[in-house]
Amino acid sequence: MSPLLEARGLVQQYTSGKSLFGKPDIVRAVDGIDLTVTRGEVLGIVGESGSGKSTLGRMLLGLETPFSGEVLYHGQPMPAPRTEQWRRLRAQMQLIFQDPLAALDRRMTIAAQIAEPLEIHGLAKGAEVTDRVAALMARVGLRRDQADRYPHELSGGQRQRVVIARALATNPGFLVCDEPVSALDVSIQAQVVNLLRDLQEQDGLTMVFISHDLKVVRNICDRVAVMYLGRVVEEAPSDSIFAEPRHPYTQALVSSIPLAGQGLEGRIILRGEPPNPAARPSGCAFHPRCRFADASCTVQVPPLENHGGRLAACLKLPRAPRLAA
Amino acid sequence: MSFVSIRDLKVAFDGVRVLHGIDLDIGRGEAVGLVGESGCGKSVTWLAALGLLPGKARVTGSVRIEGRELIDARPGELESVRGARIAMIFQDPSSSLNPVHRVGRQITESLRLHRGLRGSAARAEAIRLLDMVGIPSAATRIDLYPHEFSGGQCQRVMIAMALAGRPDLLIADEPTTALDATIQAQILDLLSSIRRDTGMAMVFISHDLGAVSAVCDRASVMYAGRIVETDNVARLFGAPKHPYTRGLFDAIPDLNAGRARLVPVEGTVPDPRNLPQGCAFAPRCARATRFCTAYAPDLKLQAMGGKVACFHPDQSSEPMRETQVVVA
Repeated sequence: MSPLLEARGLVQQYTSGKSLFGKPDIVRAVDGIDLTVTRGEVLGIVGESGSGKSTLGRMLLGLETPFSGEVLYHGQPMPAPRTEQWRRLRAQMQLIFQDPLAALDRRMTIAAQIAEPLEIHGLAKGAEVTDRVAALMARVGLRRDQADRYPHELSGGQRQRVVIARALATNPGFLVCDEPVSALDVSIQAQVVNLLRDLQEQDGLTMVFISHDLKVVRNICDRVAVMYLGRVVEEAPSDSIFAEPRHPYTQALVSSIPLAGQGLEGRIILRGEPPNPAARPSGCAFHPRCRFADASCTVQVPPLENHGGRLAACLKLPRAPRLAA
Repeated sequence: MSFVSIRDLKVAFDGVRVLHGIDLDIGRGEAVGLVGESGCGKSVTWLAALGLLPGKARVTGSVRIEGRELIDARPGELESVRGARIAMIFQDPSSSLNPVHRVGRQITESLRLHRGLRGSAARAEAIRLLDMVGIPSAATRIDLYPHEFSGGQCQRVMIAMALAGRPDLLIADEPTTALDATIQAQILDLLSSIRRDTGMAMVFISHDLGAVSAVCDRASVMYAGRIVETDNVARLFGAPKHPYTRGLFDAIPDLNAGRARLVPVEGTVPDPRNLPQGCAFAPRCARATRFCTAYAPDLKLQAMGGKVACFHPDQSSEPMRETQVVVA
């Protein structure tokens, strides 16, 4: 399969909290990521807050210019932001956010918002626009009579359908979904996940699905990359990563998923605090919370290596006990 | 006699009824879950019980704590219950803490109000509480401000503050929803161990069925301002009888089922201003008959145990998928 998107050595850093005399703090949100997204594939990116998953998503779309490294789309480097080429690329790549109410314009009707990308990219005119909007609304399961409604008149699930319809308006080949169902209730979440899956299968969309909800990721993704403090610590097909997580962090993450009808037994409770990108530990960033860490982990940065068909970054991996799901 | 007993609790905002008569009992030392989606009334139930709703809310019914009535009680009487007998923690710990005061001062304030502790005795007790909820080097961190703690630690500070009055009951309203998965596991573990050590009762309000089943003995499922099913956790999660409870379970993606299609509950939660006639869940229910759209079912005791408000409860004892042990 040919790669649609390739990220090479992506780094993003922000300068924050310049004190009066001291040096500015440099926070590395993304710290050297190589990723390949194959055409038609759904790649899941999981990690806790501050792991850099949203920053990575924005760089994959070319919405943020990386500090170093590059993103190749169809083998071509990402054009500079705000150029003519970059604008044309926008129609092919779309982003869906967590909060649909923030992504929509409160003063515009649903139909007008879905029509907007068609007009901006000159894809349809006049009556054609109305037809396209009606078709898009039908595809995402919105009723025809909802066209003239405003966002606040719809429920959370319906709003997210509007956002999805608008993202699909330009027939994109690549979609980044950043926590698209996290704000929705369980019963509605399942409706939207099914919709995204149907659309992906019908159009052969290539998707990057960013989420902290491992159960949803398990359901929708072909392959999963687990991030910790700006780096990928494990990457594998979703079947194997959930059945047999290898990296100690992935093991803790998978075991921390509360399952209905199961108590707290057998869960790995991590010690210590969530990662803070402003105070990255030396060596393996996960070592202060790791059950298997020893002195070598505090100095040596583990490389992302192939371990029997999956990538993992852990010095202790050959010896870390396997954990059955 | 149960410790807290709620009878026919009803709440209306601006003439719109959002809670339609809740009956709930919490025994001493018991952990009870309250499950449901946004807007179902699970938080309003406890805010109403503790007199924490704004003035425009009309609250009727009865909430008794060891026989003492709380609804329409004098402010002084409520004050002697809130924080001292019943404490509450919320979803967003950072907005519940005062950002301009050191956490130590906020905890000692609670100790002074509820236990009359002052000065070094209060400070020593605050350090002990912070230590108990797992804040490392509590003796020095007691002088830090809330923004110097992470979200998970802020929730620990909130729990320490709630424990300051030695409450008999802790109401935890979505205490782990805003936290990351691994930190959520830590907080659930902490709440369970505190309960084990102190014998405190807990009401755990959450939309996360997994979290509820991890820390509760018994749970009630709410829909559109009513309790639709209540049972012990094993039975409720093993064989749910109300179609809505069943729907909630089926909608959760199964970690072991791979890419199987999800089974959503179709439709949306009804608008409280415009509730359907009969059972509020009927428009979304696959089992609904014409009877369901005409009459509202009462919460009735079932032969197999538990209570269900449904004319056509699921009687099959087919086990739920998540309880099956799958070895990879």
